[in-house]
Amino acid sequence: MMTSTSLVYLIALPLAGATILLLAGRRSDKWGHLLATALSASSFFVGLYQLSLMLGRSNEQRPISQKLFEWISVGTFKIDAGLMLDQLSICFVLLITGVGTLIHIYSISYMSHDPDRRRFFAYLNLFIAAMLLLVLGDSYLNLYVGWEGVGLASYLLIGFWNQKPAYATASKKAFVMNRVGDMGLSFAIMIAFATMGTVSFTGVKAAAEHTSTAALTGIGIMLLVAATGKSAQFPLQAWLGDAMAGPTPVSALIHAATMVTAGVYLITRSNFIFDAAPTAQLLVVIVGAITLMFGALIGTAKDDIKKALAASTMSQIGYMILGAGLGPVGYAFAIMHLLTHGFFKAGMFLGAGSVMHGMNDEVNMRKYGALRKFMPITFATFGLGYLAILGVPPFAGFYSKDMIIETAFNSGGIKGLILGSVTLLGAGITAFYMTRVMILTFTGKSRWDDEAHPHESPWLMWLPMAILAIGSVTSGYLLSHGDALVNWLSPLFESHEEHEELLSPMLVSGLALTMVAIGVAIAFLKYSRNDVSDVAPENVSIFTRIARQDLLQDRFNETVFMRTGQVLTKVLVKTDEVVIDGAVRTVGRATLGSGASLRGVQSGFVRSYAALILVGAVALIAAIWVVTQ
Amino acid sequence: MDAANYLYLSALLFTIGAVGVVVRRNAIVVFMCVELMLNAANLSFVTFSRINGDLNGQVIAFFTMVVAACEVVVGLAIIVTIYRSRRSASVDDASLLMR
Repeated sequence: MMTSTSLVYLIALPLAGATILLLAGRRSDKWGHLLATALSASSFFVGLYQLSLMLGRSNEQRPISQKLFEWISVGTFKIDAGLMLDQLSICFVLLITGVGTLIHIYSISYMSHDPDRRRFFAYLNLFIAAMLLLVLGDSYLNLYVGWEGVGLASYLLIGFWNQKPAYATASKKAFVMNRVGDMGLSFAIMIAFATMGTVSFTGVKAAAEHTSTAALTGIGIMLLVAATGKSAQFPLQAWLGDAMAGPTPVSALIHAATMVTAGVYLITRSNFIFDAAPTAQLLVVIVGAITLMFGALIGTAKDDIKKALAASTMSQIGYMILGAGLGPVGYAFAIMHLLTHGFFKAGMFLGAGSVMHGMNDEVNMRKYGALRKFMPITFATFGLGYLAILGVPPFAGFYSKDMIIETAFNSGGIKGLILGSVTLLGAGITAFYMTRVMILTFTGKSRWDDEAHPHESPWLMWLPMAILAIGSVTSGYLLSHGDALVNWLSPLFESHEEHEELLSPMLVSGLALTMVAIGVAIAFLKYSRNDVSDVAPENVSIFTRIARQDLLQDRFNETVFMRTGQVLTKVLVKTDEVVIDGAVRTVGRATLGSGASLRGVQSGFVRSYAALILVGAVALIAAIWVVTQ
Repeated sequence: MDAANYLYLSALLFTIGAVGVVVRRNAIVVFMCVELMLNAANLSFVTFSRINGDLNGQVIAFFTMVVAACEVVVGLAIIVTIYRSRRSASVDDASLLMR
């Protein structure tokens, strides 16, 4: 592998920004946001430069690495802090820095009235640096550092307005649920080290061939746990909805485009483990399938525009995880959907932010309506993202999502049929809830509060939205034209034999479009023809009520984990009081009591002492006599 | 005469002394009872010396007498002092412990 000396700048630039802004404090209030944006942009240009270098090399020469320093060196156990840039990482580097820079630009205007704008930009830069370390680390341990770094940045940004207790709680919830996933990652690293003696990607890849399937399955399942935590997948998905408490640019960057896709990166990066552990791979597919339905169902019932989009994110990442779980055929499509999703979902979140900006931070879609006339640019960019997520040709989602549906159908047997049907149904429900968002927000009659004066956002905000909208239109075609992305990534993955095709691509596209059309039609019938109430109706079916409560995920967690945890704590406290403290107190009381009763012996009478001596002596002699007899 | 009889006498004297120490209150009498016990022990030593035909018991009897003499000196001094301070020679009165 070729070495390079410039990889570190990718991370160092945004990290320097975060350091400067946090250390300089209020003094950098005036220029902090500009510095942060410039550093993020320069990191993006370093990424572009690396891409141009990479394009000029042959397939085998493309991955490059850089050793930063010797991190841990104990006897034969050596781990270097090192970076590695290959065909997979560069996709992420460009997505993170590209979308990240656009969102920096957007935030300059969006956060302009916030007194803590500098702190916000410092955290954004910190996030970019951590996320780049995550995708550039050359070993699981280096990845772990970035993994924790993005968790920290996510926590800080969700709780950015932590003066509101509910937001602070949301950030804590995200942090704690992520810890569960992080535990999975640390277990995976430990198992890998115990069985293979190495944690670097190249080392593990080489060692995976002679490692037992059981160990690989263990590592795979633990990696999956890690992915479910970070990517808000079932069963660790409950934090993502609450994470919408953060400022909207954060939701767009961290909780839609980049950080939540880290689980997909982890699984794709560990392809050599999952390919050799079919059980773990099957679990990945199951988790993806459950989550894509789960998110889609929640999305149908949410009135909060950001929470509806968050449920949609959960569902779309479910598609990616499912794609990544389909093995070598699916990795490239998972990454393709990840990239296109990065464009259109970030664009739609920024659109939601723009709507909130014009509507006094109102998030309830039932208080919107008829905004098309007042926010034409937001409507246009949001609409393009909408067409992209629906998978209407030739928008981005058409290429990436249909490929996943097709791959799912063709994965063979009953499994293929079930997965294909689930992804197809998910596409229909996606069409329904996204159309609902569009109708409630942009069309129909206005249902605004009296003090709302909707207006289009300034150019600093709509420019990034427009660029992302262009991406949502073109990225799918560009990435799939001549199998560009598939060929680009193919050196990283095992080659695969072709399954016989169950359904042809044309048929899959036809089916998917039919499902989408049905979803859109139902949404139109339900929301466009009738007037929408500005308060959520109460006399709804039990299913709607359950979906409004996020399919009872919080109640489940509360009943199963929190309550049992509390009971366990109470039992432990009681045990401590009764058993441990009880034993100590009993010893104390016994000593006091025996002392009190023995005190009577010390009467102070010489004669009683003499009598005791006499009795003692007689007893002693008697004992000796008995023994010797 | 059978040597065992001396031992019986010694045991009798020792018992009288022991009972006297326990039951009598007057310090002087208690003291005399202690002397009685010491001399009962002396009697057995001498008797055993006679039975075994060596001088060990007699030597120890001398030692006992020296100890007894010292004890008398110290003990009588204590009793006199107690009597001076308390106007009583009863051992039961000579108790300072809280009841």
